[in-house]
Amino acid sequence: MTDAITTRGLTKKYGRKTALNDCTLTVPTGRVVGLVGPNGAGKSTLLQLACGLLRPTAGTIEVLDRRPGSPEHSAKVGFVAQDTPTYAHLSIAEHLRFGRALNHSWDDALAHERIRRLGLDPKQKAGKLSGGQRAQLALTLAMAKRPELLLLDEPVAALDPLARREFLQGLMEHTAEHGTSLILSSHLVADLERTCDYLIVLVDSRIRVAGDVDDLLAEHHRVTGARREAASLPAGHEVIYQTHTGKQSTMIVRSSAPIDDPWWTVEPLGLEDLVLAYMTEAAGITPAPVLEGQR
Amino acid sequence: MTWLTWRQLRTPVGLVAALVGAVAIALVATRPALMDLFRATGMETCGSNCEAEAKDFLLRSEDLAAAPLFLVGIAVLYLVPAIIGIFWGAPLIARELESGTYRLVWSQSITRTRWLAVKLLAGAAAAMLTAGLLSLVVTWFSSPFDTVRDNRLIPEVFGARGVVPIAYAGLAFALGVLIGVVLRRTVPAMALTLVLLAAIQVVMPTLVRGHLIPPLHDNAALTAQPSGAGGDSFEEMIMSMDGSISVVPKLAKPGAWVLSNRAVTADGSTFRGPFDPASCGREATGGPGKCEKWVLSQNLRQDAVYQPASRYWPLQWVESGLILLVTALLSLLTFWWVRRRLS
Repeated sequence: MTDAITTRGLTKKYGRKTALNDCTLTVPTGRVVGLVGPNGAGKSTLLQLACGLLRPTAGTIEVLDRRPGSPEHSAKVGFVAQDTPTYAHLSIAEHLRFGRALNHSWDDALAHERIRRLGLDPKQKAGKLSGGQRAQLALTLAMAKRPELLLLDEPVAALDPLARREFLQGLMEHTAEHGTSLILSSHLVADLERTCDYLIVLVDSRIRVAGDVDDLLAEHHRVTGARREAASLPAGHEVIYQTHTGKQSTMIVRSSAPIDDPWWTVEPLGLEDLVLAYMTEAAGITPAPVLEGQR
Repeated sequence: MTWLTWRQLRTPVGLVAALVGAVAIALVATRPALMDLFRATGMETCGSNCEAEAKDFLLRSEDLAAAPLFLVGIAVLYLVPAIIGIFWGAPLIARELESGTYRLVWSQSITRTRWLAVKLLAGAAAAMLTAGLLSLVVTWFSSPFDTVRDNRLIPEVFGARGVVPIAYAGLAFALGVLIGVVLRRTVPAMALTLVLLAAIQVVMPTLVRGHLIPPLHDNAALTAQPSGAGGDSFEEMIMSMDGSISVVPKLAKPGAWVLSNRAVTADGSTFRGPFDPASCGREATGGPGKCEKWVLSQNLRQDAVYQPASRYWPLQWVESGLILLVTALLSLLTFWWVRRRLS
């Protein structure tokens, strides 16, 4: 079966700065993938490598089983870059003409229908659009290529909550209708929690965890109990994160086997807490006792 | 792709076309009066001995609108390539890199190489066509002046005639694009393009052009020149209080571009005197004629390096070829940079 993305030892350096370090990853097709990590973790680099904007410094990347970069390949991959760039002095209609001229697979009817449904005036210059409208225009350009895989780099970061919901709604409708694979990046899990069924956590230019959301949730637990060292847990339990107060220990543990030590209280973990545990571990900082969203 | 290139370039191209059009209209409108004068002063029929007619023409042409337009014609032919480099070339890709739209256009189903090739070729073609049309009009308009002055090889005029401006327009565009790609910022790229283009326009005539074809080198005994008015053999003769004298001999090479012209002594060094106080200087009697005779008796030689008037077209082609070669190299570097350094 075709994979959406396969990387082996993928590394990208800008001069001396390493943006992506030795990433090995397989992302299946037909999924809505959330690519999560703090700012500067390498999310944009990974997505730009996937759409052929960047070349790896080392390692390999295959997208839909092919090396990115050729025009045939670009036709299969739609990309909405960070800050949803558009040409400020070109009108919406001219953007659609741009898309038609530069893509053999262009679906003009889809593009015009989408602009009409969004209630946008085709004569309007892109520079005069609101952030949400511009994002919708950029998304329309990517969708009308009829790609097999859509990559979106922080698409909703600059949008207000209403525009964010409309954007994601339109995106999910299209994805469901056309069976497109989708990869969305964000520095906030909350943006993706309701939409993605596959998760990649990228921190400090390395992949911390990747997998099916349901599997990840089933495997990760919050474990609390009277103070004890992490080593006292049975083998096969990977401690992602731990914090100890004078009397109590709290740990986030990854384990496929159940924990039946009566010493510990085991609770399920939300997606957001899971991601934060990985981010915190990577940052090497002492976290706040209660894991909460950053907003 | 062609449509996109045109859509992005049409405003700056339109503005330059308007400027060129306005200048062309002014030149076309004023040339008939200039040609009337050319005929009226007898320049058209005087053949090879036109000194008086030429003086008459130049004096009377000062009252025509064509006189300042002659200078305008030269100015715009230096200005237009610079404008093209700054306003067409430098922003062409720098603006895409600056605003992030390169990530939009490079993720469409078209290779970056093809995208760049269309932009570069279309832009360079428009640049060279614009400069070519302008040069054609200016060269045609200025032909009466150039015939009378017979100085098409002097640097200011040479660079604003014939095919050379076409090559410089191509160079300016390619240079602007490359600098924009390297700096990735529009305004700094525009500024640096201007500085480099100005430097090229200084360096080429002063250091390069005279040697594109090895110049002619005359070295002959300095003798009295066939006398014009007053029998001066020298272009210039200056005596200093310290007893030294400097002499610039006449060079009877009409239309030539003189790179160096000296009176030299037997050992080849430039003649500086000291002069004979009895023949030259304040105490001497007998006027400049006596001094001149004394200089001529010093067993001097005239050493001149120059490009003759007949080299006008060969120099035009060689310089254009050289500039276009540099243009091609800059464009290749732009391709390499866009493909390798920006990914």
